[in-house]
Amino acid sequence: MMAPPLLRAEGVSFAYGGDPVLDGVDLTVDAGEFAALVGPNGAGKSTLLRIALGLLAPQAGTVELFGKRPRQLRDRWRLGYVPQRPRFAPDLPATVEEVVAAGRLAKQGWWRRARRADRDAVTHAIESVALGNLRRRQMGELSGGQQQRVLIAKALASEPELLVLDEPVAGVDAAAQRLFRDSLVHLLREHGAGVLLVSHELGAVADDLDRVIVLKRRVVFDGPPGTLAETGVSLGIHADDLPQWLEDVVG
Amino acid sequence: MPGMPWPLPYPFDREYMQLALVAGVVVGATAPLIGAFLVQKRLSLMGDGLGHVAVAGVGAGLVFGTSPIWTALVVAVVAALAIEWLRARGAASGDLALALFFYGGIALGVVLAARSGTNTNLQPYLFGSILTVTASDVYGVIALGALIVIAMAVSGRALLAVVLDEETARVTGIPAGALNALLAVLTAVTVVAAMRVVGVLLVAAMMVLPVATSRQVARSFRTTVLGSAVIGVVCVVIGLAASRQWALAAGGAIVLVVTALFALASLLPRRRGGPPAEPSSLLSG
Repeated sequence: MMAPPLLRAEGVSFAYGGDPVLDGVDLTVDAGEFAALVGPNGAGKSTLLRIALGLLAPQAGTVELFGKRPRQLRDRWRLGYVPQRPRFAPDLPATVEEVVAAGRLAKQGWWRRARRADRDAVTHAIESVALGNLRRRQMGELSGGQQQRVLIAKALASEPELLVLDEPVAGVDAAAQRLFRDSLVHLLREHGAGVLLVSHELGAVADDLDRVIVLKRRVVFDGPPGTLAETGVSLGIHADDLPQWLEDVVG
Repeated sequence: MPGMPWPLPYPFDREYMQLALVAGVVVGATAPLIGAFLVQKRLSLMGDGLGHVAVAGVGAGLVFGTSPIWTALVVAVVAALAIEWLRARGAASGDLALALFFYGGIALGVVLAARSGTNTNLQPYLFGSILTVTASDVYGVIALGALIVIAMAVSGRALLAVVLDEETARVTGIPAGALNALLAVLTAVTVVAAMRVVGVLLVAAMMVLPVATSRQVARSFRTTVLGSAVIGVVCVVIGLAASRQWALAAGGAIVLVVTALFALASLLPRRRGGPPAEPSSLLSG
């Protein structure tokens, strides 16, 4: 029997009050696939993401993670999540290693002490984002880009089968974006995981994407980046110009 | 107990000082374990608020003629869970709902204590009365302290994950709601354990200030927590010794030592460097 997609959303609709945000959205992410979800502000990306993660219930349609309804999913460590921005308090005394180890807890059992395999997975995740030399640094000592990579390492520590990232490189410089891209490629190649990336800035990963999904309340484009490029759209476009070309695509 | 199996030098040579020392050391070591998480969750005054609520339990104990410690424990735990329930639903986003609990609690305590018809007043519970603790009180404090240490040993790592990012913890299967409730209950337990040592009005200082002091010098969350427990114990020992030597109010003396140590640590330069240099790429392809 064929394995179900890592993520499948069918006919998902959602409205805040009387304002529809999502209207019959279909979305799938398969194992080993690198998909990007793009769309202008207010297109419903964040709402779709929250529904996909099981944080919000759709008003119509269905969502399945690993073939199960989000609320029925028991082994949730299979899902990695990198939130929009580091939310670390500047005075947080936790080290890089402690933060990344927190990402391993769901898999090792939150009440258990770390075993050898858990410690190795944490070390591997830290090294995969090139922070091995900073593992004992406190979070407040790191730059914004470095903190963002710690969050990615934290998500990688549980060796997820599906990694969902919400605007992970917003405000991050070009060098940090390159490192970010490398860590995603590492996850795809080494672990065969699926990746769903929500971002305004696809330049750093444009060459590695398998699919681009353009959302504006409904899915207006879903296909390989090459096909999107044929419409005259560049994935390396600056975030400020993105809404305009998306309008063009939608139009 | 009573007394130590071996003689202790002055100022801990008397039995009442030894009982105070044991109760104080347990509270000094355990209160910061909980405080470390409250500080990071920006709930530093939670202990203070639950202390106010616990006064209602003390009043109930006096009225019903039962041990005020245990009625305070029941009331504080119920209030802690109610406050956490309101907080999790965003119903206590302002301070109003919390204020209702806190001030309603202390007002109820005052009214009940006055109705109890006993000669007991609330002062030992408000400001602590560590020099009058009995062996039975000390056993109670040790039991509550052991509960806190065991709970933190099991759930401390997961609580850190929730403190770091509650939403991500939920998404990946960490039971954030249950852990938040556990932290609220443990805060209530700590407040009650500390009630006879420093009093409910000063308990938040024992939970928060050793953590703030330790954070000035520690290099990780783990060493911050362990360091704060050591600082808590040291402050209790110095505060008790000072209270015997100069006939000071013991609870107040302990908290003054904690405060002075925090002020001193704040003068230390923080060992923080800027963001280090980066490699430019990880993979060639």
